[in-house]
Amino acid sequence: MKDEIDPNADRRAWMSLLARASGGRVAELLADRPDFDWLRPPEIGSTMVRGRAGGTGTPFNLGEITVTRCALRLACGTVGHAYVQGRDKAHAECAALVDALMQTAAADTTRVRVLDPLTREASARRATRATKAAATKVEFFTMVRGED
Amino acid sequence: MYVAVKGGERAIDNAHAWLAEERRGNPAVAELSIAQIREQLSLAVNRVMAEGSLHDPDLAALAIKQARGDLIEAVFLIRAYRTTLPRFGGSKPIDTGVMTCDRRVSATFKDLPGGQILGPTFDYTHRLLDFALAAEGEPSIAADAPDHCPAPSPAPSPATSPDHDPLQDKVKDAMAAPADIPVSHSVPHVTAFLNREGLIEEAAQDDTTPPDLTREPLELPASRALRLQALARADEGFALGMAYSTQRGYARNHAFVGELRIGTVPVEMEIPELGFAVEIGEIEVTECETVNQFKGSRYEPPQFTRGYGLVFGQTERKAIAMALVDRALRWQELGEEDSGAPAQDAEFVLYHGDNIQATGFLEHIKLPHYVDFQSELELVRKLRREAAATQATEPAP
Repeated sequence: MKDEIDPNADRRAWMSLLARASGGRVAELLADRPDFDWLRPPEIGSTMVRGRAGGTGTPFNLGEITVTRCALRLACGTVGHAYVQGRDKAHAECAALVDALMQTAAADTTRVRVLDPLTREASARRATRATKAAATKVEFFTMVRGED
Repeated sequence: MYVAVKGGERAIDNAHAWLAEERRGNPAVAELSIAQIREQLSLAVNRVMAEGSLHDPDLAALAIKQARGDLIEAVFLIRAYRTTLPRFGGSKPIDTGVMTCDRRVSATFKDLPGGQILGPTFDYTHRLLDFALAAEGEPSIAADAPDHCPAPSPAPSPATSPDHDPLQDKVKDAMAAPADIPVSHSVPHVTAFLNREGLIEEAAQDDTTPPDLTREPLELPASRALRLQALARADEGFALGMAYSTQRGYARNHAFVGELRIGTVPVEMEIPELGFAVEIGEIEVTECETVNQFKGSRYEPPQFTRGYGLVFGQTERKAIAMALVDRALRWQELGEEDSGAPAQDAEFVLYHGDNIQATGFLEHIKLPHYVDFQSELELVRKLRREAAATQATEPAP
Protein backbone atom coordinates (compact mmCIF):
# COMPACT_ATOMS: atom_id res chain seq x y z
CA MET A 1 0.00 0.00 0.00
CA LYS A 2 1.94 2.97 1.28
CA ASP A 3 5.24 1.27 0.51
CA GLU A 4 4.51 1.18 -3.22
CA ILE A 5 5.53 4.77 -3.64
CA ASP A 6 7.86 5.00 -0.67
CA PRO A 7 11.30 5.99 -2.01
CA ASN A 8 12.81 5.18 1.39
CA ALA A 9 11.39 1.69 1.67
CA ASP A 10 14.77 -0.02 1.24
CA ARG A 11 16.51 2.16 3.76
CA ARG A 12 13.67 1.80 6.22
CA ALA A 13 13.88 -1.96 5.85
CA TRP A 14 17.59 -2.20 6.54
CA MET A 15 17.52 0.31 9.39
CA SER A 16 14.73 -1.72 10.99
CA LEU A 17 16.63 -4.97 10.50
CA LEU A 18 19.75 -3.45 12.08
CA ALA A 19 17.77 -2.01 15.00
CA ARG A 20 16.23 -5.36 15.84
CA ALA A 21 19.42 -7.39 15.51
CA SER A 22 21.63 -7.95 18.52
CA GLY A 23 24.49 -5.48 18.67
CA GLY A 24 27.21 -8.07 18.92
CA ARG A 25 25.97 -9.88 15.84
CA VAL A 26 26.12 -6.79 13.60
CA ALA A 27 29.67 -6.16 14.79
CA GLU A 28 30.66 -9.74 13.97
CA LEU A 29 29.27 -9.52 10.47
CA LEU A 30 30.75 -6.12 9.79
CA ALA A 31 34.29 -7.40 9.40
CA ASP A 32 36.22 -4.43 8.03
CA ARG A 33 35.12 -1.01 9.13
CA PRO A 34 35.78 2.07 7.08
CA ASP A 35 37.07 5.25 8.75
CA PHE A 36 34.48 7.78 9.73
CA ASP A 37 33.87 10.99 11.66
CA TRP A 38 31.15 11.38 14.23
CA LEU A 39 28.40 13.83 13.42
CA ARG A 40 26.68 12.82 16.63
CA PRO A 41 28.46 10.38 18.92
CA PRO A 42 26.27 7.63 20.38
CA GLU A 43 23.77 9.02 22.85
CA ILE A 44 21.37 7.10 25.10
CA GLY A 45 17.85 8.39 25.54
CA SER A 46 14.27 7.26 25.47
CA THR A 47 11.28 7.11 23.17
CA MET A 48 7.74 7.24 24.47
CA VAL A 49 5.91 4.24 23.04
CA ARG A 50 2.27 4.86 22.22
CA GLY A 51 -0.64 2.51 21.93
CA ARG A 52 -4.22 3.08 20.83
CA ALA A 53 -7.29 2.73 23.05
CA GLY A 54 -9.16 -0.36 21.87
CA GLY A 55 -6.21 -1.24 19.62
CA THR A 56 -7.37 1.17 16.92
CA GLY A 57 -8.62 4.32 18.65
CA THR A 58 -7.15 7.35 20.37
CA PRO A 59 -3.39 7.23 21.03
CA PHE A 60 -2.13 7.05 24.59
CA ASN A 61 1.33 6.85 26.16
CA LEU A 62 2.18 3.29 27.13
CA GLY A 63 5.68 3.85 28.52
CA GLU A 64 9.20 4.51 27.33
CA ILE A 65 11.91 2.36 25.81
CA THR A 66 15.61 3.05 25.94
CA VAL A 67 17.11 4.02 22.59
CA THR A 68 20.65 4.76 21.43
CA ARG A 69 21.20 7.03 18.46
CA CYS A 70 24.18 8.29 16.52
CA ALA A 71 25.17 9.77 13.17
CA LEU A 72 28.48 9.48 11.34
CA ARG A 73 30.10 10.44 8.04
CA LEU A 74 32.33 8.21 5.95
CA ALA A 75 35.44 9.61 4.25
CA CYS A 76 33.46 9.80 0.98
CA GLY A 77 30.91 12.09 2.68
CA THR A 78 28.08 9.57 2.99
CA VAL A 79 26.11 9.98 6.21
CA GLY A 80 24.80 7.04 8.22
CA HIS A 81 22.20 7.23 10.98
CA ALA A 82 21.14 4.80 13.65
CA TYR A 83 18.29 4.68 16.16
CA VAL A 84 18.41 1.35 17.93
CA GLN A 85 16.50 0.03 20.93
CA GLY A 86 18.56 -0.46 24.08
CA ARG A 87 21.69 1.12 25.50
CA ASP A 88 24.39 -0.51 23.38
CA LYS A 89 26.53 2.28 21.90
CA ALA A 90 28.64 -0.16 19.88
CA HIS A 91 25.44 -1.50 18.33
CA ALA A 92 24.36 1.99 17.27
CA GLU A 93 27.80 2.63 15.80
CA CYS A 94 27.71 -0.57 13.72
CA ALA A 95 24.15 0.11 12.58
CA ALA A 96 25.06 3.63 11.45
CA LEU A 97 28.14 2.31 9.61
CA VAL A 98 26.05 -0.26 7.76
CA ASP A 99 23.43 2.40 7.00
CA ALA A 100 26.16 4.55 5.46
CA LEU A 101 27.80 1.68 3.54
CA MET A 102 24.44 0.69 2.06
CA GLN A 103 24.31 4.09 0.37
CA THR A 104 27.74 3.67 -1.28
CA ALA A 105 29.20 1.42 -3.97
CA ALA A 106 29.82 -1.13 -1.22
CA ALA A 107 26.07 -1.69 -0.89
CA ASP A 108 25.98 -5.04 -2.64
CA THR A 109 28.80 -6.61 -0.64
CA THR A 110 27.40 -5.14 2.59
CA ARG A 111 24.02 -6.61 1.82
CA VAL A 112 25.51 -10.04 1.24
CA ARG A 113 27.83 -9.93 4.25
CA VAL A 114 25.62 -8.24 6.83
CA LEU A 115 21.99 -7.79 5.89
CA ASP A 116 21.33 -11.19 4.31
CA PRO A 117 22.59 -13.18 7.32
CA LEU A 118 20.63 -10.87 9.67
CA THR A 119 17.48 -11.39 7.61
CA ARG A 120 17.93 -15.16 7.68
CA GLU A 121 18.58 -15.18 11.41
CA ALA A 122 15.58 -12.94 12.10
CA SER A 123 13.25 -15.19 10.12
CA ALA A 124 14.70 -18.27 11.80
CA ARG A 125 14.07 -16.74 15.25
CA ARG A 126 10.58 -15.79 14.23
CA ALA A 127 9.84 -19.20 12.73
CA THR A 128 11.07 -21.00 15.87
CA ARG A 129 8.70 -19.07 18.07
CA ALA A 130 5.87 -19.36 15.56
CA THR A 131 6.16 -23.16 15.46
CA LYS A 132 6.24 -23.34 19.25
CA ALA A 133 3.14 -21.14 19.36
CA ALA A 134 1.45 -23.25 16.69
CA ALA A 135 2.10 -26.37 18.77
CA THR A 136 -0.03 -24.83 21.55
CA LYS A 137 -3.00 -24.28 19.24
CA VAL A 138 -6.17 -25.87 20.57
CA GLU A 139 -7.86 -28.41 18.30
CA PHE A 140 -11.46 -28.35 19.44
CA PHE A 141 -13.73 -31.29 18.92
CA THR A 142 -17.39 -31.13 19.77
CA MET A 143 -19.00 -33.66 22.03
CA VAL A 144 -22.54 -34.39 20.95
CA ARG A 145 -24.83 -34.34 23.93
CA GLY A 146 -27.27 -37.17 24.48
CA GLU A 147 -30.42 -35.05 24.39
CA ASP A 148 -31.05 -35.25 20.65
CA MET B 1 7.38 20.19 60.09
CA TYR B 2 10.81 19.14 58.93
CA VAL B 3 13.95 20.10 60.79
CA ALA B 4 17.38 19.05 59.62
CA VAL B 5 18.84 16.50 61.98
CA LYS B 6 22.59 16.09 61.95
CA GLY B 7 24.47 12.97 62.86
CA GLY B 8 23.98 9.36 61.95
CA GLU B 9 26.34 9.38 58.92
CA ARG B 10 28.45 6.59 60.29
CA ALA B 11 25.37 4.53 61.15
CA ILE B 12 23.97 5.09 57.65
CA ASP B 13 27.23 4.10 55.95
CA ASN B 14 27.43 0.96 58.01
CA ALA B 15 23.78 0.15 57.37
CA HIS B 16 24.36 0.41 53.61
CA ALA B 17 27.47 -1.74 53.80
CA TRP B 18 25.50 -4.37 55.68
CA LEU B 19 22.69 -4.06 53.13
CA ALA B 20 25.18 -4.89 50.37
CA GLU B 21 26.40 -7.89 52.33
CA GLU B 22 22.86 -9.13 52.98
CA ARG B 23 21.99 -8.62 49.34
CA ARG B 24 24.77 -10.97 48.40
CA GLY B 25 23.59 -13.56 50.91
CA ASN B 26 25.68 -16.58 51.72
CA PRO B 27 28.90 -16.24 49.68
CA ALA B 28 29.05 -20.03 49.42
CA VAL B 29 26.03 -19.81 47.10
CA ALA B 30 26.76 -18.69 43.54
CA GLU B 31 25.95 -15.05 42.78
CA LEU B 32 23.01 -14.25 40.49
CA SER B 33 23.94 -12.60 37.21
CA ILE B 34 21.82 -9.94 35.52
CA ALA B 35 21.41 -12.30 32.55
CA GLN B 36 20.08 -15.04 34.85
CA ILE B 37 17.48 -12.69 36.30
CA ARG B 38 16.54 -11.40 32.84
CA GLU B 39 16.15 -14.89 31.41
CA GLN B 40 14.83 -16.88 34.37
CA LEU B 41 12.77 -14.34 36.31
CA SER B 42 11.37 -12.75 33.19
CA LEU B 43 7.89 -12.15 34.57
CA ALA B 44 9.35 -10.17 37.47
CA VAL B 45 11.43 -8.26 34.90
CA ASN B 46 8.26 -7.60 32.87
CA ARG B 47 6.42 -6.28 35.89
CA VAL B 48 9.25 -3.93 36.79
CA MET B 49 9.37 -2.65 33.21
CA ALA B 50 5.59 -2.14 33.10
CA GLU B 51 5.31 -0.32 36.42
CA GLY B 52 8.66 1.42 36.00
CA SER B 53 7.25 2.58 32.65
CA LEU B 54 10.56 1.88 30.90
CA HIS B 55 11.10 -1.09 28.61
CA ASP B 56 14.68 -2.30 29.08
CA PRO B 57 15.01 -5.89 30.34
CA ASP B 58 18.66 -5.55 31.37
CA LEU B 59 17.98 -2.47 33.48
CA ALA B 60 14.93 -4.07 35.09
CA ALA B 61 16.99 -7.18 35.92
CA LEU B 62 19.71 -5.00 37.44
CA ALA B 63 17.09 -3.15 39.48
CA ILE B 64 15.67 -6.44 40.79
CA LYS B 65 19.13 -7.59 41.83
CA GLN B 66 19.94 -4.28 43.51
CA ALA B 67 16.55 -4.25 45.28
CA ARG B 68 17.06 -7.78 46.61
CA GLY B 69 13.93 -8.86 44.76
CA ASP B 70 11.73 -6.11 46.22
CA LEU B 71 9.84 -5.31 43.02
CA ILE B 72 8.44 -1.96 44.15
CA GLU B 73 11.94 -0.86 45.17
CA ALA B 74 13.11 -2.04 41.73
CA VAL B 75 10.34 -0.03 40.03
CA PHE B 76 11.52 2.98 42.06
CA LEU B 77 15.07 2.54 40.75
CA ILE B 78 13.80 2.32 37.16
CA ARG B 79 11.59 5.39 37.55
CA ALA B 80 14.54 7.33 38.95
CA TYR B 81 16.80 6.24 36.08
CA ARG B 82 14.10 7.08 33.53
CA THR B 83 14.12 10.71 34.58
CA THR B 84 17.80 11.01 33.62
CA LEU B 85 17.19 10.07 29.97
CA PRO B 86 16.74 12.68 27.27
CA ARG B 87 13.49 12.05 25.40
CA PHE B 88 14.17 11.57 21.67
CA GLY B 89 10.49 11.64 20.78
CA GLY B 90 7.32 9.60 20.69
CA SER B 91 6.70 6.48 18.65
CA LYS B 92 3.92 6.06 16.16
CA PRO B 93 1.13 4.18 17.95
CA ILE B 94 2.04 0.50 17.88
CA ASP B 95 -0.18 -1.67 15.70
CA THR B 96 -1.20 -4.68 17.75
CA GLY B 97 -2.97 -6.05 14.66
CA VAL B 98 0.44 -7.07 13.26
CA MET B 99 1.60 -8.64 16.52
CA THR B 100 3.66 -11.81 16.25
CA CYS B 101 1.54 -13.70 18.74
CA ASP B 102 3.00 -16.15 21.24
CA ARG B 103 -0.41 -16.39 22.82
CA ARG B 104 -3.87 -15.44 21.71
CA VAL B 105 -7.05 -16.63 23.33
CA SER B 106 -10.65 -15.52 23.21
CA ALA B 107 -13.24 -16.38 25.81
CA THR B 108 -16.04 -15.29 23.47
CA PHE B 109 -15.27 -16.90 20.12
CA LYS B 110 -14.11 -20.46 19.88
CA ASP B 111 -13.21 -20.53 16.21
CA LEU B 112 -10.69 -17.88 15.38
CA PRO B 113 -8.50 -18.05 12.32
CA GLY B 114 -5.18 -19.22 13.60
CA GLY B 115 -7.08 -20.76 16.48
CA GLN B 116 -6.71 -20.37 20.18
CA ILE B 117 -2.97 -20.25 20.78
CA LEU B 118 -2.23 -21.02 24.42
CA GLY B 119 1.44 -20.02 24.40
CA PRO B 120 3.67 -20.51 27.44
CA THR B 121 0.89 -20.21 30.02
CA PHE B 122 0.36 -21.19 33.66
CA ASP B 123 -3.29 -21.88 32.80
CA TYR B 124 -4.26 -25.53 33.18
CA THR B 125 -1.20 -26.30 35.31
CA HIS B 126 -2.05 -28.00 38.58
CA ARG B 127 -0.27 -25.51 40.81
CA LEU B 128 1.64 -28.29 42.47
CA LEU B 129 5.21 -27.55 43.45
CA ASP B 130 7.54 -29.13 40.94
CA PHE B 131 10.41 -30.59 42.91
CA ALA B 132 12.18 -31.43 39.68
CA LEU B 133 13.03 -27.69 39.49
CA ALA B 134 14.71 -27.94 42.89
CA ALA B 135 16.84 -30.75 41.54
CA GLU B 136 18.12 -28.35 38.85
CA GLY B 137 17.37 -30.74 36.03
CA GLU B 138 17.19 -29.86 32.36
CA PRO B 139 13.83 -28.36 31.34
CA SER B 140 11.55 -30.12 28.94
CA ILE B 141 11.82 -28.75 25.43
CA ALA B 142 8.81 -27.06 23.86
CA ALA B 143 7.19 -29.05 21.11
CA ASP B 144 7.23 -27.77 17.57
CA ALA B 145 4.11 -27.89 15.49
CA PRO B 146 4.14 -30.86 13.15
CA ASP B 147 4.70 -29.91 9.51
CA HIS B 148 1.19 -30.88 8.66
CA CYS B 149 -1.32 -30.27 11.37
CA PRO B 150 -3.86 -33.05 11.61
CA ALA B 151 -7.00 -32.12 9.78
CA PRO B 152 -9.40 -30.61 12.26
CA SER B 153 -12.30 -32.82 13.09
CA PRO B 154 -15.23 -31.98 10.85
CA ALA B 155 -17.36 -29.31 12.43
CA PRO B 156 -20.86 -30.42 13.16
CA SER B 157 -23.35 -28.91 10.78
CA PRO B 158 -25.01 -25.83 12.25
CA ALA B 159 -28.40 -27.51 12.38
CA THR B 160 -27.21 -30.35 14.59
CA SER B 161 -24.76 -28.42 16.72
CA PRO B 162 -26.23 -28.18 20.18
CA ASP B 163 -24.73 -24.82 21.12
CA HIS B 164 -25.01 -23.21 17.77
CA ASP B 165 -24.87 -19.44 17.51
CA PRO B 166 -25.08 -17.92 14.05
CA LEU B 167 -22.71 -15.18 15.14
CA GLN B 168 -19.96 -17.72 15.63
CA ASP B 169 -20.40 -18.72 11.99
CA LYS B 170 -20.29 -15.14 10.90
CA VAL B 171 -17.06 -14.68 12.74
CA LYS B 172 -15.66 -17.68 10.99
CA ASP B 173 -16.83 -16.52 7.58
CA ALA B 174 -15.83 -12.94 8.11
CA MET B 175 -12.34 -13.90 8.99
CA ALA B 176 -12.38 -16.70 6.44
CA ALA B 177 -8.74 -17.55 6.53
CA PRO B 178 -7.08 -20.89 6.12
CA ALA B 179 -6.91 -22.80 9.37
CA ASP B 180 -3.14 -22.96 9.23
CA ILE B 181 -2.57 -19.23 8.91
CA PRO B 182 0.87 -18.48 10.33
CA VAL B 183 0.62 -16.81 13.70
CA SER B 184 3.14 -14.19 12.65
CA HIS B 185 0.97 -12.59 10.00
CA SER B 186 -1.46 -9.80 10.51
CA VAL B 187 -4.03 -11.06 12.99
CA PRO B 188 -7.29 -9.11 13.04
CA HIS B 189 -8.81 -8.30 16.39
CA VAL B 190 -11.81 -10.28 17.49
CA THR B 191 -13.78 -7.12 18.25
CA ALA B 192 -13.48 -6.21 14.57
CA PHE B 193 -16.26 -8.61 13.62
CA LEU B 194 -18.67 -7.42 16.21
CA ASN B 195 -18.07 -4.00 14.66
CA ARG B 196 -19.35 -5.24 11.32
CA GLU B 197 -22.77 -5.89 12.72
CA GLY B 198 -22.67 -2.72 14.75
CA LEU B 199 -22.97 -4.86 17.86
CA ILE B 200 -20.04 -3.22 19.59
CA GLU B 201 -18.92 0.34 19.94
CA GLU B 202 -16.19 1.39 17.55
CA ALA B 203 -12.79 2.65 18.55
CA ALA B 204 -12.41 5.27 15.84
CA GLN B 205 -8.86 6.12 14.93
CA ASP B 206 -7.55 9.61 15.48
CA ASP B 207 -4.05 10.98 15.62
CA THR B 208 -4.03 13.51 18.39
CA THR B 209 -0.86 13.71 20.46
CA PRO B 210 -1.78 12.12 23.78
CA PRO B 211 -1.30 13.94 27.09
CA ASP B 212 1.69 12.69 29.10
CA LEU B 213 1.48 12.46 32.86
CA THR B 214 5.27 12.21 33.11
CA ARG B 215 5.47 15.76 31.75
CA GLU B 216 2.32 17.44 33.07
CA PRO B 217 0.86 16.73 36.51
CA LEU B 218 -2.16 14.45 36.38
CA GLU B 219 -5.24 16.62 36.63
CA LEU B 220 -8.91 15.75 36.67
CA PRO B 221 -11.08 15.20 34.80
CA ALA B 222 -8.60 12.92 33.03
CA SER B 223 -9.15 11.95 29.41
CA ARG B 224 -9.24 8.26 28.55
CA ALA B 225 -5.73 8.54 27.07
CA LEU B 226 -4.42 9.84 30.38
CA ARG B 227 -6.30 7.19 32.35
CA LEU B 228 -4.87 4.44 30.17
CA GLN B 229 -1.33 5.77 30.68
CA ALA B 230 -1.86 5.86 34.44
CA LEU B 231 -3.32 2.34 34.45
CA ALA B 232 -0.54 0.92 32.25
CA ARG B 233 2.03 1.96 34.90
CA ALA B 234 -0.19 1.37 37.93
CA ASP B 235 0.60 -1.20 40.58
CA GLU B 236 -0.54 -4.64 39.49
CA GLY B 237 -1.95 -5.48 42.91
CA PHE B 238 -3.94 -2.26 43.03
CA ALA B 239 -5.30 -2.75 39.51
CA LEU B 240 -6.16 -6.35 40.34
CA GLY B 241 -8.05 -5.35 43.49
CA MET B 242 -9.96 -2.62 41.67
CA ALA B 243 -10.84 -4.94 38.78
CA TYR B 244 -11.92 -7.67 41.18
CA SER B 245 -14.22 -5.22 42.95
CA THR B 246 -16.03 -4.55 39.64
CA GLN B 247 -16.55 -8.27 39.18
CA ARG B 248 -17.98 -8.61 42.65
CA GLY B 249 -20.59 -5.97 41.95
CA TYR B 250 -19.00 -2.57 42.71
CA ALA B 251 -19.79 -0.97 39.33
CA ARG B 252 -21.82 -3.56 37.53
CA ASN B 253 -19.80 -4.56 34.51
CA HIS B 254 -19.81 -8.14 33.49
CA ALA B 255 -16.76 -8.50 31.30
CA PHE B 256 -15.85 -11.20 28.82
CA VAL B 257 -12.29 -11.44 27.61
CA GLY B 258 -12.97 -10.84 23.94
CA GLU B 259 -9.32 -11.35 23.24
CA LEU B 260 -6.07 -11.64 25.07
CA ARG B 261 -2.87 -11.63 23.06
CA ILE B 262 0.80 -11.63 23.95
CA GLY B 263 3.56 -11.15 21.43
CA THR B 264 6.00 -8.76 19.85
CA VAL B 265 5.20 -5.63 17.91
CA PRO B 266 7.56 -3.31 16.06
CA VAL B 267 8.11 0.20 17.43
CA GLU B 268 8.29 2.82 14.72
CA MET B 269 9.42 6.38 15.20
CA GLU B 270 9.60 9.43 12.96
CA ILE B 271 13.27 10.38 12.65
CA PRO B 272 13.46 14.16 12.20
CA GLU B 273 16.90 14.18 10.55
CA LEU B 274 15.75 11.62 7.97
CA GLY B 275 12.24 12.90 7.41
CA PHE B 276 10.67 9.46 7.55
CA ALA B 277 9.78 6.83 10.12
CA VAL B 278 11.85 3.72 10.83
CA GLU B 279 11.43 0.79 13.15
CA ILE B 280 13.76 1.30 16.08
CA GLY B 281 13.10 -2.04 17.72
CA GLU B 282 10.42 -4.40 18.83
CA ILE B 283 8.84 -5.03 22.21
CA GLU B 284 6.75 -7.70 23.81
CA VAL B 285 3.35 -6.50 25.01
CA THR B 286 0.16 -8.00 26.40
CA GLU B 287 -3.15 -6.72 25.11
CA CYS B 288 -6.59 -7.45 26.51
CA GLU B 289 -9.89 -6.39 25.05
CA THR B 290 -12.97 -6.98 27.10
CA VAL B 291 -16.50 -7.11 25.77
CA ASN B 292 -19.08 -5.78 28.20
CA GLN B 293 -22.82 -5.68 28.00
CA PHE B 294 -24.41 -2.30 27.70
CA LYS B 295 -28.10 -1.63 27.86
CA GLY B 296 -27.85 1.48 25.73
CA SER B 297 -28.48 5.06 26.63
CA ARG B 298 -30.30 8.05 25.27
CA TYR B 299 -27.61 8.36 22.60
CA GLU B 300 -26.57 4.78 21.95
CA PRO B 301 -28.53 1.64 21.05
CA PRO B 302 -27.99 -1.51 23.12
CA GLN B 303 -24.62 -2.90 22.15
CA PHE B 304 -21.44 -4.27 23.58
CA THR B 305 -18.87 -1.87 24.94
CA ARG B 306 -15.17 -2.35 25.38
CA GLY B 307 -12.49 -2.08 27.98
CA TYR B 308 -8.84 -1.99 26.98
CA GLY B 309 -5.62 -3.12 28.57
CA LEU B 310 -2.12 -2.85 27.12
CA VAL B 311 0.99 -3.51 29.18
CA PHE B 312 4.71 -4.04 28.50
CA GLY B 313 5.89 -7.65 28.57
CA GLN B 314 4.04 -10.83 29.34
CA THR B 315 1.76 -9.41 32.02
CA GLU B 316 -1.71 -10.79 31.42
CA ARG B 317 -3.14 -10.45 34.92
CA LYS B 318 -2.33 -6.75 34.77
CA ALA B 319 -3.68 -6.34 31.22
CA ILE B 320 -7.02 -7.97 32.08
CA ALA B 321 -7.29 -5.90 35.28
CA MET B 322 -6.47 -2.74 33.34
CA ALA B 323 -9.23 -3.47 30.81
CA LEU B 324 -11.82 -3.98 33.54
CA VAL B 325 -10.87 -0.80 35.36
CA ASP B 326 -10.73 1.16 32.09
CA ARG B 327 -14.27 0.03 31.34
CA ALA B 328 -15.52 0.93 34.82
CA LEU B 329 -14.01 4.42 34.54
CA ARG B 330 -15.89 5.04 31.29
CA TRP B 331 -19.31 5.18 33.01
CA GLN B 332 -19.72 8.89 32.40
CA GLU B 333 -19.07 8.92 28.64
CA LEU B 334 -21.39 5.92 28.25
CA GLY B 335 -24.13 7.65 30.20
CA GLU B 336 -24.19 5.01 32.91
CA GLU B 337 -25.27 5.51 36.48
CA ASP B 338 -22.64 6.40 39.05
CA SER B 339 -23.09 3.67 41.60
CA GLY B 340 -20.48 5.25 43.86
CA ALA B 341 -18.15 2.30 43.38
CA PRO B 342 -14.45 2.95 43.98
CA ALA B 343 -13.55 1.65 40.49
CA GLN B 344 -15.81 4.31 38.91
CA ASP B 345 -14.06 7.08 40.81
CA ALA B 346 -11.26 8.33 38.55
CA GLU B 347 -9.73 10.41 41.32
CA PHE B 348 -9.62 7.45 43.66
CA VAL B 349 -8.18 5.07 41.06
CA LEU B 350 -5.70 7.38 39.35
CA TYR B 351 -4.35 9.01 42.50
CA HIS B 352 -3.83 5.78 44.40
CA GLY B 353 -2.70 3.32 41.74
CA ASP B 354 0.89 4.46 41.41
CA ASN B 355 3.01 2.37 43.74
CA ILE B 356 5.93 4.79 43.76
CA GLN B 357 3.81 7.74 44.82
CA ALA B 358 2.05 5.53 47.33
CA THR B 359 5.16 3.97 48.79
CA GLY B 360 6.92 7.33 48.95
CA PHE B 361 4.19 8.83 51.06
CA LEU B 362 3.57 5.70 53.08
CA GLU B 363 7.18 4.97 53.91
CA HIS B 364 8.21 8.53 54.67
CA ILE B 365 6.36 8.30 57.98
CA LYS B 366 9.07 5.97 59.29
CA LEU B 367 11.68 8.71 58.82
CA PRO B 368 12.43 11.10 61.69
CA HIS B 369 9.43 13.20 62.73
CA TYR B 370 10.85 14.07 66.13
CA VAL B 371 9.76 17.69 66.17
CA ASP B 372 6.23 17.00 64.90
CA PHE B 373 5.88 14.37 67.54
CA GLN B 374 7.33 16.62 70.21
CA SER B 375 4.56 19.14 69.57
CA GLU B 376 1.92 16.38 69.63
CA LEU B 377 3.34 15.22 72.93
CA GLU B 378 3.16 18.75 74.36
CA LEU B 379 -0.42 19.06 73.19
CA VAL B 380 -1.57 15.77 74.73
CA ARG B 381 0.14 16.64 78.05
CA LYS B 382 -1.54 20.03 78.06
CA LEU B 383 -4.97 18.52 77.35
CA ARG B 384 -4.48 15.95 80.09
CA ARG B 385 -3.52 18.70 82.58
CA GLU B 386 -6.62 20.66 81.65
CA ALA B 387 -8.85 17.59 81.89
CA ALA B 388 -7.43 16.74 85.31
CA ALA B 389 -7.95 20.31 86.51
CA THR B 390 -11.59 20.28 85.34
CA GLN B 391 -12.23 17.00 87.10
CA ALA B 392 -10.73 18.35 90.33
CA THR B 393 -12.96 21.43 90.38
CA GLU B 394 -16.17 19.58 89.48
CA PRO B 395 -17.87 17.69 92.29
CA ALA B 396 -18.11 13.95 91.74
CA PRO B 397 -21.53 12.90 90.43
